[in-house]
Amino acid sequence: MSRVRALLARETALAWGKGGGPLVAVGFYAGVATLLPLAVGSEPERLAAVAPGAAWVALALAALLSLDRLFERDFEDGSLDLLTLSPVPLEIICAVKCLAQWLATGLPLALAAPVAAIALGASPQLSGLVIACAVLGGLAFSFMGGIGAALSLGARRGGLLTAVIVLPMFVPPVIFGGGALASLDSGLPWKAGFALLGAYTAAAVALGPLAMAAACRNALS
Amino acid sequence: MIPEVSIQSLALSRGGRQLFSRLILRLSPGEAVALTGRNGAGKTSLLRAIAGLIAPDEGQIAFGGVEPAEAREAMHLLGHLDGLKSSRTARDELSFWTGFAGGAGDAPEVAAARLDLLPLLDLEVRRLSAGQRRRLALARLLAAPRPLWLLDEPLSPLDAEWRGRFGKIMGEHLASGGMILAAVHDPLPLNARTVEIGR
Repeated sequence: MSRVRALLARETALAWGKGGGPLVAVGFYAGVATLLPLAVGSEPERLAAVAPGAAWVALALAALLSLDRLFERDFEDGSLDLLTLSPVPLEIICAVKCLAQWLATGLPLALAAPVAAIALGASPQLSGLVIACAVLGGLAFSFMGGIGAALSLGARRGGLLTAVIVLPMFVPPVIFGGGALASLDSGLPWKAGFALLGAYTAAAVALGPLAMAAACRNALS
Repeated sequence: MIPEVSIQSLALSRGGRQLFSRLILRLSPGEAVALTGRNGAGKTSLLRAIAGLIAPDEGQIAFGGVEPAEAREAMHLLGHLDGLKSSRTARDELSFWTGFAGGAGDAPEVAAARLDLLPLLDLEVRRLSAGQRRRLALARLLAAPRPLWLLDEPLSPLDAEWRGRFGKIMGEHLASGGMILAAVHDPLPLNARTVEIGR
């Protein structure tokens, strides 16, 4: 247990150090919130309509950017070899790495998501659901993205490969979460979409580590 | 913890090319073996196979009745890939890896003192020279005692003085019943049986 705690602390510190943390999250959203009006036009109604969805897409992209090197660095510097020589199962190690990645990047992004949505003109009453969806969705992005990062280990241009593997797996949470937000915005029942998002996240957290560990073992051998 | 390492008619291949076959090797407590062979002969691969990272084509690697998963907790693997993160301090990295390998208490400081690393502990790993970095990786072996040391070119970045001092450390490890399997190009600074890999 103390090994898992030490690993979580180290991984979180490393992820925080290489572009995690609240300031980077806010800066990222500020950039998206600036780009979006330039791209789709600055009419308030149009922006308000796309605001919750834009926050979602930004979250997915940010997850993708930070996941790129999740296993690659440890693979290259030998950490992955040493981590396998411990009594901690590789599945747990992979789960801890994803969790740390989420703590350092996904969670700050989720907490900053309503700021971006409101800045773009979304209704403030959506804020609660925006945070809840971003917290759950970010967790799913981390664990599903970890599979792609582990599968592309050792490949040249691994980052691009990760994106191609991972983006299809990001589709369900975006549909469920985006659907829940759109429903709440137009006064329709939103709980079904939110529950499906929760189910997808639970499945990602439970099954992702098995796939990641298998992919890591394959890359090491 | 591991009574012996016994390798029976082992064959390994990497990338579709067979490195060696019918390798037989036996290592008992208190014994050191220097693996030699040309570049690409499979010395590193053999060490990784013993650590369970590569599956052999044929043959067995046995640890005197101990299950491989359990035996893995009784070995240190030290290669040119040392798992040290350049953005973290030497102290953080040493205590993390010591803890992860099952060492506890003030073992990291004691090991660091033994390897003259105390003044360097608060530096980031990126500030260390290649030799200092290798000493930091070696400190892990002392801080978390495990009987089997699998060393891949352990001496290469060390200067003459440190080669001698590390030879003494290895001698103490053997005297306490440890086992050492080292892939080397230069002779080890202690009495070791030499096994040539390939051809």
